[in-house]
Amino acid sequence: MTEIADTPSPDVPGGAAGTGLDIRSLGQLLYMGAIGFGALALLLWALAQWNEGGAGEAVDAVTGTITLSLFGEPPQLDSTRGTDAVSFNILGHTMEGLLRYDADNRLVGGVAERWQIDDAKATFWLRPDARWSNGEPITAHDFVFAWRKVLDPLNASEYAFILYGLKNAEAVNRGEMPLESVAVFALDDRTLEVHLERPVPYFDKLVAFATYNPINQAFYESREGRYAADADDLLFNGPFTIASWVHGASIRLEKNERYWDADRIRLNAIDYAYFTTDSNAIINLFKDGKTALAGLVAENLDDALQRRWRIKRFSDGAVFFMEFNHREDRLTRNYHLRKAIQVVNDSPELVYRVIKLPGNLPGASLFPVWLKGVDGYFRQEYPLADPPPDDDLGRRHLATAIDELDLDGPPTLVMLVGDSPTAKKQAEYYQNVYKQKLGIDIKIDAQIFKQRLAKMTAGDFDIVMAGWGPDYDDPMTFADLFASWNENNRGRYSNAELDEAVDIARSSSDPATRMDAMAKVQQILYDDAVIVVNYERGSVYVSHPRLKGVVRRAVGTDPDYTGAWID
Amino acid sequence: MAEGTLSWERVEVEREVETVARPSLSYWQDAWIRLRANRRALISLYLVIALMAFTVLGPFVWTVDPAAQDLDQISVPPGADRVATVVDDYRPWDGATATPIEGDGGELAAPGAVEIADQATTNAVRLYWDPVAGAGGYRVYRNKYDPEPDGALGLPIGEILSPANVSFEDRLDLKAETYFYSVVALDGAGREAVGYTTVTADVTRVITAAEALDKGLIEDISDVAPGDTVKMAFHPLGTDYLGRDLLARLMHGARVSLFIGIVAPFLFVIIGILYGSAAGFMGGRTDQVLMRFADFVVALPFLLFMILLRILFNVESGDSGVGPMLVAMVMLSWPAAARLVRGQILQIREEGYIGASRLLGAKTNYLILRHMIPNTMGVILVTLTFAVPSAIFTEAFLSFIGMGVAPPTPSWGSMCNEGLKTMLTTPHELIAPAAFISITVLAFNLLGDGLRDALDARMRATE
Amino acid sequence: MFLYAVKRLIQGVVTVWFIATATFFAMHGVPGDPLMNDKAVLPEIRANLEARYGLDKPIHVQYWIYLKNMASGDFGISFTQQNREVNDIIREHFKVSATLGILAIVFAAFGGILWGALTALYRNRMPDIVIMFMVILGISVPGFVFAALGQLSVVEINDWLGFTLFPVAGWGTVQHMIVPSMVLGLGTMAFLTRLMRSSMLEIANSDFIRTARSKGLPVTRILRKHQLRNAILPVITVLGPSVAAITTGGFVVELVFAIPGLGRYFVQAVQQSDYTVIMGTTVFYGAFLVFMVIVVDVLYGFVDPRVRLE
Repeated sequence: MTEIADTPSPDVPGGAAGTGLDIRSLGQLLYMGAIGFGALALLLWALAQWNEGGAGEAVDAVTGTITLSLFGEPPQLDSTRGTDAVSFNILGHTMEGLLRYDADNRLVGGVAERWQIDDAKATFWLRPDARWSNGEPITAHDFVFAWRKVLDPLNASEYAFILYGLKNAEAVNRGEMPLESVAVFALDDRTLEVHLERPVPYFDKLVAFATYNPINQAFYESREGRYAADADDLLFNGPFTIASWVHGASIRLEKNERYWDADRIRLNAIDYAYFTTDSNAIINLFKDGKTALAGLVAENLDDALQRRWRIKRFSDGAVFFMEFNHREDRLTRNYHLRKAIQVVNDSPELVYRVIKLPGNLPGASLFPVWLKGVDGYFRQEYPLADPPPDDDLGRRHLATAIDELDLDGPPTLVMLVGDSPTAKKQAEYYQNVYKQKLGIDIKIDAQIFKQRLAKMTAGDFDIVMAGWGPDYDDPMTFADLFASWNENNRGRYSNAELDEAVDIARSSSDPATRMDAMAKVQQILYDDAVIVVNYERGSVYVSHPRLKGVVRRAVGTDPDYTGAWID
Repeated sequence: MAEGTLSWERVEVEREVETVARPSLSYWQDAWIRLRANRRALISLYLVIALMAFTVLGPFVWTVDPAAQDLDQISVPPGADRVATVVDDYRPWDGATATPIEGDGGELAAPGAVEIADQATTNAVRLYWDPVAGAGGYRVYRNKYDPEPDGALGLPIGEILSPANVSFEDRLDLKAETYFYSVVALDGAGREAVGYTTVTADVTRVITAAEALDKGLIEDISDVAPGDTVKMAFHPLGTDYLGRDLLARLMHGARVSLFIGIVAPFLFVIIGILYGSAAGFMGGRTDQVLMRFADFVVALPFLLFMILLRILFNVESGDSGVGPMLVAMVMLSWPAAARLVRGQILQIREEGYIGASRLLGAKTNYLILRHMIPNTMGVILVTLTFAVPSAIFTEAFLSFIGMGVAPPTPSWGSMCNEGLKTMLTTPHELIAPAAFISITVLAFNLLGDGLRDALDARMRATE
Repeated sequence: MFLYAVKRLIQGVVTVWFIATATFFAMHGVPGDPLMNDKAVLPEIRANLEARYGLDKPIHVQYWIYLKNMASGDFGISFTQQNREVNDIIREHFKVSATLGILAIVFAAFGGILWGALTALYRNRMPDIVIMFMVILGISVPGFVFAALGQLSVVEINDWLGFTLFPVAGWGTVQHMIVPSMVLGLGTMAFLTRLMRSSMLEIANSDFIRTARSKGLPVTRILRKHQLRNAILPVITVLGPSVAAITTGGFVVELVFAIPGLGRYFVQAVQQSDYTVIMGTTVFYGAFLVFMVIVVDVLYGFVDPRVRLE
């Protein structure tokens, strides 16, 4: 509460003094103002000494530096414990696993120069010239150490499950077996052998994931629990090293001269000078020539067109859907109710009228269009029929559902959503759609991040707006999502037929059999209305005209600047 | 009474004393006179009354549903053209296919000709083109401005990953304007060729008869035939990002913003009066303890706790979140009012008239109700008025960081936050709610000033 | 005097304890916990995490540990930025917020006094009307609208100039600080301008000014020695409470201008249910404000003989 005093005092002619003297008073004021201004400048200077930072132009051809913004401080650069996109992005530039993706998204050798994978085991032969940034060679022992660390219960790695294909890995992570029983062996310094629990047909794609990165044991132990806490507490083996890291404010990467493939790297430095998620701030930085790349949002498209920017698009690989709660006590357990909601859904309308951002695709299948099948794209090999919305059919399904559930009329359902503006906007759209078409009342439950997760886990919803991004480049990263044993199956959907198909898909070594099984999963999810797919996320962005060779992709480091150059 | 008899009538003593005094005025009468003399305060008072009327009566006058979405009129500014042509229902398009032509491995050419199938409407723009030798796919761009001379092709709205498909249907957020479509061939690896071919499309605003009926623009489906024109729904202040009527939303948003803005201060002032007068009147040890507790609450960082409490209370799904916000605000704000009231009570307690009243045998309750509270009323009223703007700002701030009221409930703060994003392209979505916040805050501030001047006893004495 | 200071200090410590307790229980009452993540955590992995953070212990034990650690100045390790101590986070980011806040206060005070004096000198004439109109805007427009408009104008100005006069966002150099702190100080500046104006007018009407004028003192001298000096006093007294207003306003400015301040971190931490950061930040801010008040009160006792300390 502020008290604002503006007492209308009895009039004094001409305020402080009579007219004519005002010029001198003004001069006096200005004089004092000038002194004040000087003091202010001094204060500014002093404060600037106290703070650090400052950044250059978006691209600097002389020094080979580009300046960019990042969504935030990387929370965890210890590859055994990282879980988030920002950390994985920095790790993708500063570290290298056994394999990596090249500019055309093909899997190529990283630290491994050759590899061989069969149903029971995988062998990797490491490059002799692969080195840590302190000059030590990278050995098979570094992988053994890191992978054990991932599975060590005391390390509490959230991504430990991605190593569960290794023999005994799961038991070790549960604390039932000693660390040494993980079936990963350094046959010698340059040969790594892995025994698999079951056939993992996509194991080559898994080892490209950051959790599989090596760690230098001696260095790790020398940091005494502070590994990855700061730039000095990390040892790098990728194209770049972290030269400076001002927490919460900026990270600067510099070319790693000891990287075995250093000739491939044409940038000298990448300066992540801004940490922000605010799309307006990022676009404003781009306009001002201070960041070399900026994602656009629907609201900025007209401005971008007017400025004649060259706009590019890409798909980030994620699929967004409405997930029903299939628990016993929920109305959404009823097939006809779910079907009613599914058949009236008009995902083109959502994408074209509400989201309005090119790059997003209307969706029907949990498997996005970019996934590879046997030879070509999975979705071209196994298309999913998606008839246009049919309101009459929806109303018939609803009538059956009301009958079966013994309701008085269309039910009220709770829709759990995140608190982002986009999520709220979509929820509002759906609320209106289902009210208009089916008479169903949707109560929107918008929750901030962790609260939403808590409610999802507890099953405190009827419908939840969810999304799923791929971890590795195989349809499997989507296919097992609704298997009855999957913890991410928040609606607790359980179907023996689907479980069986998932089992075939994840352990068969024949590509055609696997993809047939995936197609079956796709069909069950649609036919049984387990989820209603809304859209496949894509995006449009602009980059500095002189910055070339940036790779955007759905799986792996994105955006990837390792092959970029300034033209 | 007979004549001649003496009548002992009581003689009325007429004491015609000259009065120099004005008619006696109560405190409130006097305050009202002073307030009336203050033009700014008076205007503010009328503004406040007008805002109340807007909130309470507005929805009866402008009966548009604030939640109704008109997806054909998204983010439309006030006074936009609303004529639409009636067309047949939308039917999916199969597109055009062509046998891919083998390339010679050299540079990919630009498509020979790009054509528009059917009529370009706001429902869909359908393009097809001649296949390019050696192409692995195509990319389609759309621009509002001519790509010449610098080749800014605009939005990459479509990507075709197969060489056999040589058509594209654009349905993305089409407006009734001219678009420049450009088609570029892609090679097998998805790299873009240099050449492009551009075609212009004049898009007409259309509506299907069924949609028109749905929206209540026509009485019966037989009233119109394809080719007729109808006028779309009227939105005096334009629409928002989901095509909802801005005026209706402002009215309903006012209910949230003004409700929080007025009820929260009202509640915490009442609590403050009870708490403060209890402390002030009892004095001694009780006063000490009570005020120490108030000090604790004052010391809590306001916004930090506001956020924490806002989340703590928001467990109900489908709740608009107004209740939790109100409770949080009241819980954190009452001590200021309590302190103020206590101070006043302590001061008044020492006044002569209280002593006199007590000598005449007045009870504690009587003292509080008859003397203490009425005499603190002025200060309290002023506090209340100044608390309104800060409560409205707090609501707006919480909405800005995404912790305001739950959708679809509108509030001025959340509308402002949405409007900020489209500030450059559709400023009306920001200006309207921001103006309402500003006017309200200003009105209450000036009214508060006026009230203080009018109620301040010190000022009255100096006149 | 010394006793008074000690007494206030003890009260302050108790207040901080109250803040800490309130935060702890408010935090633990919120549904959701810091260990959840986008992708579900397997039960066995979750058990590992709980053990790591001590969340498997009963709540009163956690409270006791928390109090003990806090008493020794240790707020623990962040849940989301797992390698950073909350102490480090506070130290690094509070510096930024404090810089922003100090500058905003200075801008506000400087501007408020200057404009306030000007409006009083030109009462009811053009400069007065123009400035007071701005003041009304400053008081009635929400801070986040100013922040967004401020950033937009910076873009336009740089575009027009052809070089970067003020950076659009970020932090570090003097240029980075100017626009955000002006935006942040705007509301307070408007408020102080009004205060200064009425204060000037009141003083202008007082006996000692009249006396000075009748003695024939030069107008500039009256202005400087008597009027300004006395009019500034009430402005300075309200500067203290303004500090609180400015620290909270910092949230918005930090968000919009991508400034790595503590306010922005707090909002993020709340989203992430990052217990340790939330508790650390709240207790730190609370303690900071409490002791600022004490320091100001005690200093007043020294400076102004009229203030008697009980």
